[in-house]
Amino acid sequence: MMHTLNQDLIILRSALRRMFTSPVAGILNILVIGIALCLPAGMYVLLQNAQGLIAQLSTTPQISLFMELDSTPEDIDRLRNRLQQHHGITSLEFIPKNVALEQLKKSTGLNDVIEGLENNPLPDAYIISSSLSNAETLEEMRQQLQKFPKVQHAQLDSAWAYKLEALLDFAHLIVMILACLLSFALIAVTFNTIRLQILTQRDEIKIARLIGATDGFIRRPFLYFGALQGLFGGAAAWAIINISLMLLSKPIATLSQLYASNFGLHSLTLSESFILLLFSVYLGWLGAWLSVTRHLSRFDPC
Amino acid sequence: MITFNQVSKRYPGGFDALKHISFELKKGEMAFLTGHSGAGKSTLLKLIAAIERPDSGSVLVNNQNVSSLKRAALPYLRRNLGMIFQDHKLLFDRNVFDNVLLPLQICGFDHRESGKRVRAALDKVGLLSREKSNPIALSGGEQQRLCIARAIVNRPTILLADEPTGNLDAEYSQEIMNIFRSFHQVGVTLLISTHDISVLRNNHARVISLKHGAIMTNPTIDESENLGQDPLTSRTPHSNKTEKSGTE
Repeated sequence: MMHTLNQDLIILRSALRRMFTSPVAGILNILVIGIALCLPAGMYVLLQNAQGLIAQLSTTPQISLFMELDSTPEDIDRLRNRLQQHHGITSLEFIPKNVALEQLKKSTGLNDVIEGLENNPLPDAYIISSSLSNAETLEEMRQQLQKFPKVQHAQLDSAWAYKLEALLDFAHLIVMILACLLSFALIAVTFNTIRLQILTQRDEIKIARLIGATDGFIRRPFLYFGALQGLFGGAAAWAIINISLMLLSKPIATLSQLYASNFGLHSLTLSESFILLLFSVYLGWLGAWLSVTRHLSRFDPC
Repeated sequence: MITFNQVSKRYPGGFDALKHISFELKKGEMAFLTGHSGAGKSTLLKLIAAIERPDSGSVLVNNQNVSSLKRAALPYLRRNLGMIFQDHKLLFDRNVFDNVLLPLQICGFDHRESGKRVRAALDKVGLLSREKSNPIALSGGEQQRLCIARAIVNRPTILLADEPTGNLDAEYSQEIMNIFRSFHQVGVTLLISTHDISVLRNNHARVISLKHGAIMTNPTIDESENLGQDPLTSRTPHSNKTEKSGTE
């Protein structure tokens, strides 16, 4: 049909008009959808940011080797030789116990407490940077180093980052589940809105049937309405996320400055925004379709 | 054009609305359907538009067996029928113009073409000056004429009217009947149900008389007054003279 596009525009316009004939109800509906969508989408954004941050932190995995307190300078040299021969090690830094103590004094301000100590409780330490980046091989290497003589304790410094990453994977799963649940909520909201509309337009539907309207003709305005409501809901979710991030960006900047990092929050990318809108349009359409299919058969004149 | 063949319709509860009805309405013919209320006039009209389905027998419209049509095919049957209802079935959420526009929107007509058609239909029933009004502001007679405009805007070949003059006084009734007669003159097939004797007296046309769901072969004097012999076959010269083909 040539005129379909023209008709579609007319139907879209009337759907818009219907949505805002009672503006409060229309806007509330859109907000409900927006909030339902912005929860999983916003959590997704935060997770993406956290993941970016962790990737940044754990790019140079380090292992700290703490030596036994009674280690002699000979032991220290011997260990240095062994470590230098080890193939997984790219750089090596030795921190003597007195330097470590000075650093502790400076960074914690516990001067008095530390002054009061009879002898230095800190061990000599080697900080090792590795070319390995895989969590498992790093752990293997740590265990290997642990067995070196005079090594009291070997600690994988980025271990917490890997643990956090595993935690984030878990959080991703939760976001997915939340997204599924809230999708149902969105479908339910549209379903109900369309149900009310069908009830108020019962006469029109009956009459249209009597004068030759096909199911498609009757269904179309409701489907368009659902899709449009989904679109606005998606846009509301997008706006909520971006406004929230804007509000968060200032404190985050201050915080990251304190940690001497240049970390900044990222919002949804263009394609992610597009997917969000598409998804909400689809859910709105689906809710409307379910509602129309369920309720229209009741108004059959035959 | 419309053929009933041994059609019976029983409503749930065991009420026989129609019993073994057989008749034929030829292309371009105009006929009145009469009978007391509850005689089955509305049911008969509903069977033609497939709003109800017969329990037995067949209803043919344009040689198409309406009683066996699939649900998806019904809209296309109804687009070819103009239906006029006693209660008008107008939409009060839109103006006169948009009420008449609805059938054209349903058929997917071009925007500009449909505007012309709507105005032509409104002109025909004398409501052109009221196109912006809400139907609620129209009188009963005007609402009925609006309903007629909506029924004819599609230029159907068959018009079915269920008690079109039911609530109108004699003057308005005759106005409506004159409109129908003008459609008859351009070849539209009309079936008009009425229990108004004065309408029958003033408009000579074939009469199909129903009583308790069956076609009467010997109608009472009252019902066949001024109509000549057998109401099933009686046709005045007036209703016979125009046999022009349809309205596109």
